[in-house]
Amino acid sequence: MPSSGIPDSIRIGNGAGFWGDNLDAPIRLAEQGALDFLTLEYLAELTLSILAHQRRLNPEAGYVADFPATVSRLIPILKAQPGLRIVTNAGGLNPEACAREVGRLLAAEGMGGEKIAWVSGDDLMPRLGELRSAGERFAHFDSGEFLKHFETEPIEADHFQADGLGGLVSANVYLGAQPICNALDQGARIVITGRVADASLTVGPAMHAFRWSWTDWRKLAAASAAGHLIECGAQVTGGLLSRWQTVPDYAHIGYPIAILDARGGCRITKPEGSGGIVNRETVTEQLLYELGDPARYHTPDVTLDFTSADVTEIGPDLVEITGVRGVPPPATLKVSCAYGNGYAAKGDLVVSGRDASDKAKATGEMILDRVGQAGFPLRRKYLEVLGSGATLPGVPPGGAELREVVLRISVWDKDKHAVERFCRELSPVITSGPPGISGYAGTRPKPRPVLSYWPTVIDRRKVKPVVHLGTAESIGASGTPRASREEKP
Amino acid sequence: MIRLGDIAHGRSGDKGNHANIGVIAYTSEGHAFIQRMLTAESVKAYFRSLAADKVERFDLPRLFAFNFVLWNALGGGASDSLRTDTQGKALATALLEMELPDPANLAAMLPPPPRFPRPGSGQPPHRHDSTSRNPED
Repeated sequence: MPSSGIPDSIRIGNGAGFWGDNLDAPIRLAEQGALDFLTLEYLAELTLSILAHQRRLNPEAGYVADFPATVSRLIPILKAQPGLRIVTNAGGLNPEACAREVGRLLAAEGMGGEKIAWVSGDDLMPRLGELRSAGERFAHFDSGEFLKHFETEPIEADHFQADGLGGLVSANVYLGAQPICNALDQGARIVITGRVADASLTVGPAMHAFRWSWTDWRKLAAASAAGHLIECGAQVTGGLLSRWQTVPDYAHIGYPIAILDARGGCRITKPEGSGGIVNRETVTEQLLYELGDPARYHTPDVTLDFTSADVTEIGPDLVEITGVRGVPPPATLKVSCAYGNGYAAKGDLVVSGRDASDKAKATGEMILDRVGQAGFPLRRKYLEVLGSGATLPGVPPGGAELREVVLRISVWDKDKHAVERFCRELSPVITSGPPGISGYAGTRPKPRPVLSYWPTVIDRRKVKPVVHLGTAESIGASGTPRASREEKP
Repeated sequence: MIRLGDIAHGRSGDKGNHANIGVIAYTSEGHAFIQRMLTAESVKAYFRSLAADKVERFDLPRLFAFNFVLWNALGGGASDSLRTDTQGKALATALLEMELPDPANLAAMLPPPPRFPRPGSGQPPHRHDSTSRNPED
C-alpha cells in the first residue's frame, strides 16, 4: 500500500447470490480468496415481501437468518484475517435486529470491540402517507398505472383479503453505495443493509478504498460492472454456462472475486484450486444476465453503457472487463413494492403408459371440470405436461412417443375457498380417472398467498438513508445503537 | 440446418414480468450470420406461445452479442406466474435449439479452442454434432 493509504487494488468476493444459496460457499471463499471484502447478496425482487410476513409474526424477525449463522462460522476467519470486512444486504426489512444478533455473536466470541453498522431508510412503508401527500404517485414502472389500493398502514398477517386486494405488504427503495462507503469510512467491520442495488455492495467498498469522486462516472461504472458480474455468485464461475460440459469440477465450484484497481481496472477471478471456470463465455453470459437496454443499465450510483465494453481473457480463470461507460444516474430511484393478490396452488401427478401426454391432459381437464362443478370456476388455471417440452417454448417436440410424463396443474383465484377446493380435487382422480396415475403420495397441496410485484420509482431527494454504527457489544446488548448522520442515497 | 446453439451460447432471466435472453456468437463470423438471421421478429415468432407484447433486440457488437427483451412474456412473473419456469430460466436453452440454414463458412463459427487450456481440467475435445449429422436430416 502506498503512503497515501490508498491501495493499488482490492479483492471483493461475493459468497451468496440469493437467499438459499450454498451455505459453505462464503466460508470457502473467505478462507481461500485472500479477500479484502466479502459481500453476501440475498434479496431477490420479492424476498422482502416474505421477510415482511415474518416480521409481522415476530418483531425481531424480518432479516435473512442465514447471515448470522454464516457469521458464526466466519468468526475464526475474521480473527485470522483482521483486514477482512463484510458487506451484506441480509438486513432485509429489519437490519437493526440483524445487527443486534450479529453483535451478540461477535461479543460472545471476544470480538465485542468490533464496529458494526446498519443502514436504514430503504423501507418506505412508514412514510407512505407523507410521500403520497408530497405528490409521489408510485406509478408502475412499465404500465404507468397508479397503485390504486395503496394502503397507508401496513396490513396484518391474516389480512390478505378475499377480494385479492390485500393491500401493500412492502415498499423498499434501492439505496446506493454511499451509506455503505460511509459506514466503512467510520470503521465498520460488518455493514448490514436492507434493500440496496446489488452492484452497490461492490461499489461501496471500492469507493471507501480508493476515495474516487462520486462523479467519476467511468470508475463508478467499472466498479458497478464488477458488482453486476459477481452479484449472482457462481453464475459467473461456470453456473448456468451453455457449454456446461466444459466446466471442471462443478461440485466444488468456486465463488467469484472482483479485483478492482485504483485506476478503475476490473478483473474477475475465483479462488485458486476451486472448481468451475472463469472465461470469456462465463463473463459475457453473466454480463447480459437480467439486462434491458445494455446502453442504459441504471443503478443508484451510475448508469452503465455496456455496448462499449470488451471482455478479455488475460490468464487462466482471469478475465478483464474494459471500456464500460458511465453517465449520471436518473433523478429517480427504483422502488420494489409487493401487495397481497389472492391465492395460488399447484399439484403434480405422474401419468404412465401409452398415450401418456393425451391421458395427462384429459386428467387435468377432468380435475378442473370437477372444481367448476363444485361451484368454483377458477379465475386462472394452467396445465403443463412435463416431459413434452412444457418449459421449452418454440422447440418442436422430440420424435419418440412419451410413455411417462408429469401432469402439473397450477391455479389462482382471489377466493381462497376456490383454491382449497382445487387442492382437494387431485386425489379423487386416482380412483375416478384413467389408469396409470401415481406420484400422489405426500401431503395435499395448500393455497399460498400470492404477493404481486409492483416496481415503481421515487424522487431520490426524498430518500434519506441513515447509517447506524456501534461496537458489537453495544449493539448486541442495548438494541438501541446511536444513529449517526443522514446520507445521500 | 444448424442449431443456433452450434454457433452461439446464451443465458436468460427475468425482470418482473419481462424476460431477457442474451445470445453470444463464438466468433465474429457467427456474429455476422446471427445478425442477419436472428431478428426481433424471428424471435417473437419462435416464442409466439409466450404471447409477449413485444420483442426488442439490442446489439453489443464488440462482444459478438445480442440482448433480446421479451416484454410481458412471463405470465405475470415470479410470484403470479402459473408456469413451471416462472422466471424464464429455460428460454435461452429453448432459443439455442432454433434451426438456422447452413452457413457457407460454418467452421469459422464454431467455438474456438480454449485460450488457456488446463491439463486434466475436463475440457473435452470439441465435438460438433452439426457436422456429423445425417445429411438427410
